Formats: sequence, structure tokens, C-alpha cells
Amino acid sequence: MTSAFVLVFLRDLHVARRIGGSATMGVVFFLSLVTIVPFAVGPDPDLLARIGPAILWIAALLSSLLGLDRLFQADAEDGSLDQFHLAHTPLELAVLAKCAAHWTTSSLPLVVAAPVLGLMLQQDGAALLGVVATLAAGTPALTLIGAIGAAATVTLRRGGLLMALLALPLTIPVLIFGVAAASAAADATTPFAAPFAILCALSLISLALCPFAAAAALRQL
Amino acid sequence: MREPVTTAARPHADMKPALRLRVESLCVERGGRRIITNASFGLAGGEALAVTGPNGAGKSTLLRALAGLLPIEAGTIVLEGAAESEVAPQAHYLAHADGLKAQLTVAENLEFWARYLALGDDARSLPIDAALDRLALGALADAPVAYLSAGQKRRAALARLLVAYRPLWLLDEPLTALDAASRGRFSEAMRDHCALGGVVVAATHEPLGLAGASFLALGKTPAESLS
Repeated sequence: MTSAFVLVFLRDLHVARRIGGSATMGVVFFLSLVTIVPFAVGPDPDLLARIGPAILWIAALLSSLLGLDRLFQADAEDGSLDQFHLAHTPLELAVLAKCAAHWTTSSLPLVVAAPVLGLMLQQDGAALLGVVATLAAGTPALTLIGAIGAAATVTLRRGGLLMALLALPLTIPVLIFGVAAASAAADATTPFAAPFAILCALSLISLALCPFAAAAALRQL
Repeated sequence: MREPVTTAARPHADMKPALRLRVESLCVERGGRRIITNASFGLAGGEALAVTGPNGAGKSTLLRALAGLLPIEAGTIVLEGAAESEVAPQAHYLAHADGLKAQLTVAENLEFWARYLALGDDARSLPIDAALDRLALGALADAPVAYLSAGQKRRAALARLLVAYRPLWLLDEPLTALDAASRGRFSEAMRDHCALGGVVVAATHEPLGLAGASFLALGKTPAESLS
């Protein structure tokens, strides 16, 4: 069972590496969003410091949805998805492995890039740490929730927009508690632990539920 | 009729579990239309069935339903004598989409499916290089699938059936894009599979090269049956 998970995970990493660009695409999109914000809201350091965590989180949310529509579509097109249905291994496990590989190739680079981009938004040491910690804890939930949308729209040619529309409302709680925890890390007066614990809980709930929901959607093709 | 399997290729050819695929009054609907009505047939281990019929007669639908990829409206599909009662994990399904990742090499693709689809350690599964040699793909083992021609991709997909033994082969137009020599090799692989006690169900417009295969003719197209 574990080995089947590792098999699918490594295969998807391998394919992503051969295609190339999946990490760069997300990070460049992340970078462009964060870069244009100071131009739009004005170069006021205090304002940027205050809204920085929110900007980073919104940018990470949008970047992590980028490319998520291809999560199952590529497999559906080349027939691999039919084979996953026929395998001994539950489809849920394959879904989970694919999500893990997708997170590693497209969301992990965002977490790594966040402190560098945080500097552009006037974030100090504690705030940077807060943003990295909340993104690391919260982005798995974004990928897993997005997987439900990706599974539901797998047969649609231009399913990307519909996928985002389906997934975005479900990611709102993650965004709220992610930003709350990241802002609390910057500001010593508000507690960090409570929103961060809820954020972790949201990720764990997604981990427990989303593979089943996505697999159920894939079975309905 | 069937040639004995060479023991060098399959040293375990004498292992023949008594297998039986039984399909009774199977009805399948797709998009609100009944595509398959009361299809019934039985196949014992070692037998092959060629499903024929005009385009749109429901050949692909029948195979997808057998593989468990489509919900069935009524009827039963049972594989008796197999390791477990469920059909899907006992079946190989080969259709027009070949399940190969264009970015990976032929050997990497097969390695993945061999490990993912194999039912435990079955001695009837061929090693990857042996399977590739049987389909004359040995020289292309390290080529990315994106570089292969349609016929070569098809052969790589067929090799998947050899590297992970599963008793039931569900083949949708397996001979598409294959040249005469490859068709011969594939017919031989099917004969071997039958000799190992497996069952082959193939939807086809062309002769499969299987002596003793029975036929199931699917009738009218849905458009005709509506009128």
C-alpha cells in the first residue's frame, strides 16, 4: 500500500521534472502578483507591512490553483486514469499521492520563495517566519481542496475556470485562518497559536476528506 | 489449434486455474440511452471472444462495463475461480488511450504499471525486457514515449499486459496502427495468454488471428434502435 503511494508520487515527480517549469510557473506568478501590489497601493512601508501577510496569502492561493486543473486531466487523456480505476490500490490512495506530488512540485516552491518576496512587502523577521509557517501548514489544504474541483471537471476541455469557481469558496476558511495566523505572528498583541492550530486542523481535515471526495468524483465519469 | 507455449518464455505454462467469466443479461445505459441490452455470454479459461458489430454498436461500452469503468443498469458480471470475485482488479483494459506518459521512457512506463497493476508476485508476469523483446521493442526501451510512432506506442501499451499478469484481457481495437509483423506478434501473445488459462475479450473489426475464438455480434446502432 505504501509502496503504491510512493510509486505514484515518484512517477508524478518524474513527469513534472521532465515537463519542467511547474515550479517556476507558480513562483513567477507569485512574484508578479506580489510585485505589482506596492505599485497599486502605494509605497507606504507601514501599509505594506500591515497588509503584507494578506497579499502573500492571496498570491499563494491563486498560484496554487494555477496548473491544478491538469492534476487529473493529463491522466484522463492518456488513459492512465482508467488503469488507476482497475488497480488493486484504492483510487483514493492514488489521488492522495498525486496531490502530494503536485504540492511538492508547485506549492513547496511558493513556501520557499515566500520569505524573499516578504522582504519586498516590508515584513520583518517574525512576520516572515509566520508567513512561511502558515503557508507550509495551509497550502496542502489548498491543493487537496483544489483536487476535488479538478476531479469534478476532469472531462471538461476548459475546466480550469470552473475548477477555480468550485474550489475557491471552499478555500476561504483556509485563507481566513492563514492570514489571521500570519498577521498575528507579525503583531505581538494578538495570539498566534489559536488561528494556526485551526489552520493545521483545516489541513488535516482536508487530508482526511478530500481524497475520498475527489476519488468519488472521478468514479462518476 | 493453440500452439503450446514455449517453456523458455513461460516456465509456468502448466499452471492453469479454472477460470470462468460469466456475463448474464447485461444492460448498460449511457447518456440515457440503452446501449447494451441483455448481453449474455460465458467464457472459460483459455477461451477468446471477438466482439463485432458496426460503429456505435456498443463494443467499447461493453468492454468498459466489463472493466467496471461504466455503471451497469442490470445483469451480472462474475469472474469465477479468480483470486477474488471483483472483475476490475483481475482485468487488463486496453483501449485507444494507451496509458503511457509521453515524458517517461518505455521502460519507465512499463516498470510503473508492472508494479502498480501486478497482483502480487505472479510467475506468469514477464520481466520488462522480455516483454519488450516479444513485441520487438527492445531497442526502444530507453526512448521517451513521445518519440514513438503510433504503432510503437500501441506495442508498448500491449507490453503492459505482459508485464503484469491479469487473467482477463479486455481489448478495444487492439490491432489499430499495428503492421502485419506486429499483428502476428500480438496474436501470438493472445494465444499464449489463452494457453496460460486467461480469457480474452476483444472488440474488433479485423480478424484477431485467434483460431477457435467465439464471436459476439452486437446489433444495431442506437440510432437505428430508436427508430
